[in-house]
Amino acid sequence: MSTDLTAATSQTPAAAPETTRNTPVWRPLADILETREGIVLMLEMPGVAPDDVEVTLERRVLTIRGRCRHAEPDALRAVHREFEPGDYERAFTLAEDFDEAAIQASMKDGVLTLTLPRVAEARPRTIRVNAA
Amino acid sequence: MPYTMTLYPADPFALLRRVSEALDRVAFSTPAPVFPAVNVWQNDEAAAIVAELPGVGPQDIDISVKDDVLTIAGERRAPTLPEGATWHRRERAFGRFTRAIRLPFRVDPDQVEARFTDGVLRIALRRPEADRPRRIEIKAG
Repeated sequence: MSTDLTAATSQTPAAAPETTRNTPVWRPLADILETREGIVLMLEMPGVAPDDVEVTLERRVLTIRGRCRHAEPDALRAVHREFEPGDYERAFTLAEDFDEAAIQASMKDGVLTLTLPRVAEARPRTIRVNAA
Repeated sequence: MPYTMTLYPADPFALLRRVSEALDRVAFSTPAPVFPAVNVWQNDEAAAIVAELPGVGPQDIDISVKDDVLTIAGERRAPTLPEGATWHRRERAFGRFTRAIRLPFRVDPDQVEARFTDGVLRIALRRPEADRPRRIEIKAG
């Protein structure tokens, strides 16, 4: 086992003011996918239970927060650390044409999946040309 | 005295290309991030390993122990895309991974316990009873 610390790619501090809780706040890695119906966001938040995720949409800003409840073994001493458990926070600015009421969120194995459907009139429509 | 062609470089972009190649080499020489990231705790009798594996199903994780080496292997599967989908951002990585961790003692393979919750894998390992250090009493006289 090597003893040098390697920075995990996911441990980028979130651009947020200081917190009152003594835990770091990380910016979760995100995959964003455009589908025909809207967009799908997948965010990595290991250690966050589904009940501890908070998704808010206010003035076109989608904010995702995840609170990590991490129990460390108390009878043992830490000998090697590559990641630091912490909370997660990230915000995205959305275009106006999303159906706020229809946003779906699901959490599985530490990955939050958000489905944002576009409002019906913003969806691209194909117009079929009839032969006269 | 005839002019040698070397005064006029045949390829005016040669220098530019050389610099670009040098930059590429620097970029490739940085080590790839280690996946999964692990934290290790231990004392004389036991050890605990915590690994962050978001997006990996418990059925895709293989944990094996031999002597004093614990190996975590598995595969992180990319999500299946719906038809006509395009990427806006790709920050997560997918594929196979293996990580071997050497512990300071031999591990009792019957007493390894692994739990996976919310993308975090926790493994508890114990040292076999026969292998533990014993305190020797000093007799007077």
